[in-house]
Amino acid sequence: MTATTTAPSAAPDHTRPTVRPPSSRLKGWATRAPLLPALIFMIVVTQLPFVATLVISFFDWNALYPDARHFTGFGNYGDVLSDPALRKSVWTTILLTVGVVLASLVLGLALALLLDRRFKGRGVVRTLLIAPFLVVPVAAALLWKHVLYNPEYGLLNGLLHYVGGPQPDWISNTPLLAVEASLVWQWTPFMMLILLAGLQSRDQQQIEAARVDGASDWQIFVHLTLPHLRRYLELGALLGSIYIVQNFDAVFTITSGGLGTANLPYTVYQSFYQAHENGLASAAGVLVVIGSIIIATFALRVVSSLFREEVGRA
Amino acid sequence: MSATAVRPATTATTGTTGAKPARARRKAGAGLGLVAWLAGIVFFLPIAWMALTSFHSEEDAATNPPSFAASLTLDGYREFFGAGGGASPWPALINSAVASIASTLFVLVLALPAAYALSIRPVKKWTDVLFFFLSTKMLPVVAGLLPIYLFAKNTDMLDNIWLLVLLYTSMNLPIAVWMMQSFLAEVPVAIIEAARVDGARLPTILARVVAPIALPGIAATSLICFIFSWNELLFARVLTGVVAETAPVFLTGFITSQGLFLAKVCAASLVISLPVLAAGFAAQDKLVQGLSLGAVK
Repeated sequence: MTATTTAPSAAPDHTRPTVRPPSSRLKGWATRAPLLPALIFMIVVTQLPFVATLVISFFDWNALYPDARHFTGFGNYGDVLSDPALRKSVWTTILLTVGVVLASLVLGLALALLLDRRFKGRGVVRTLLIAPFLVVPVAAALLWKHVLYNPEYGLLNGLLHYVGGPQPDWISNTPLLAVEASLVWQWTPFMMLILLAGLQSRDQQQIEAARVDGASDWQIFVHLTLPHLRRYLELGALLGSIYIVQNFDAVFTITSGGLGTANLPYTVYQSFYQAHENGLASAAGVLVVIGSIIIATFALRVVSSLFREEVGRA
Repeated sequence: MSATAVRPATTATTGTTGAKPARARRKAGAGLGLVAWLAGIVFFLPIAWMALTSFHSEEDAATNPPSFAASLTLDGYREFFGAGGGASPWPALINSAVASIASTLFVLVLALPAAYALSIRPVKKWTDVLFFFLSTKMLPVVAGLLPIYLFAKNTDMLDNIWLLVLLYTSMNLPIAVWMMQSFLAEVPVAIIEAARVDGARLPTILARVVAPIALPGIAATSLICFIFSWNELLFARVLTGVVAETAPVFLTGFITSQGLFLAKVCAASLVISLPVLAAGFAAQDKLVQGLSLGAVK
């Protein structure tokens, strides 16, 4: 997409679609047509259900007593926000998301810096490190619950046994940390891969120049590497947040939402799947959306800055 | 992609400490290589241990301290595939394969024309359309779960694998449109114009000019859609039951299982993760490029 676009004016310019005279309205629809199936499909399958959720959230509606259904205004929202258990699940969601994203970003950065150097078997180490991200999430959660955390025969306590350490019951003692640790293990490789791509796109000549001028490794890291990595860190945080805010698999598998680890998605699942409280579940679902919009507002700014560069380069 | 981020090199030169001698740096490098190896082993250890345990007998699997040298057996795998009278995982594995492959095909059918309209012959305001697709990804799954459940219940679509196919298509379509837009945008317009001047028609141009350049990107997109569909639990858990159960739902049957079935749990987890592990190892670079929506090149 560089300056080679010397074709006649009929050529579609990638950045600025050519302005067509109004008479070619038919042609306009012809260019739009390929887009329509995907657009219509997405609106029907994702936007309509959300609108329905919004409507249901204003009704007092238990699926076991369908005849008692009635409009209740913001009643469900009041209940969600005043119910200590639900309020706690909001807090749990925040703790879980922030904790996992920050920890996996920091670990991922450390690993990316290690892997950015040349050493024997770098490819093998990279493959070993990626593996946790590729295990099916439910399988990974089962692995942590039964194979690692189990107080009687889990690997963690097995290894502690060799050094004469204590034999804690991990999930009972620190339930939220136990869930977070398994998620950090799964997401660190992802952060590492993004940051590694960032590191490898640095300007090597500039780094060499700084080194020749006498800059220490630390100075190069702080003044050159970190500023360059900023957008990659933001991208990792954004994508990690989108997925971890919605995490269901780990919470469902490791603790079944018990011991204060129920996050909002799990609570929504439980309140309609087990308690049949359709109205409450919908209100909680809408609250998850509001939380996501807050993240997304930040997110879109990041993505659009990435995006602007791409367009600018075209 | 660094224009705004990098400060002038001169700020780094004001430091007082000089560069380390080359030999010291090389020595530190070897040490850090060792640290990297150690980190790789620590991260891989749970998976290696899971693999080893899956080949142990149930008695050897559930011991403390762990038995590293216990004899190996395929009993865990035999048990998992239903030899012990338990439910066979085959229907669930087949359901997962159907849901993942069919939804990936649907995504391609819908996303390819859309990406074409957003990159090669861009419609007006094509960036807005692209952002709309991305924004649907930020709508949490739970926000639409209940209406979808009620709809399925009233139309007898519950426990029907094609409902999952439909939902997985919508789950992956935005990512696919975004990725393919960025892959198709790499096809130089000049080549397409040249082909047109030579008298080639649209199908020929797509097959001869666009496809060869975009094919690796299309493959990566398909791979990511397949992985996300294969891994999905929440929709499958809520909307399927006996007939349309998928592999992750089958795995949730092990959540409360006790020590006696540890080898079986490990075998099950490994078998069900195998397609994703194989696909992911084969396409490591494409994977991260795809997951970061093509933003990281």
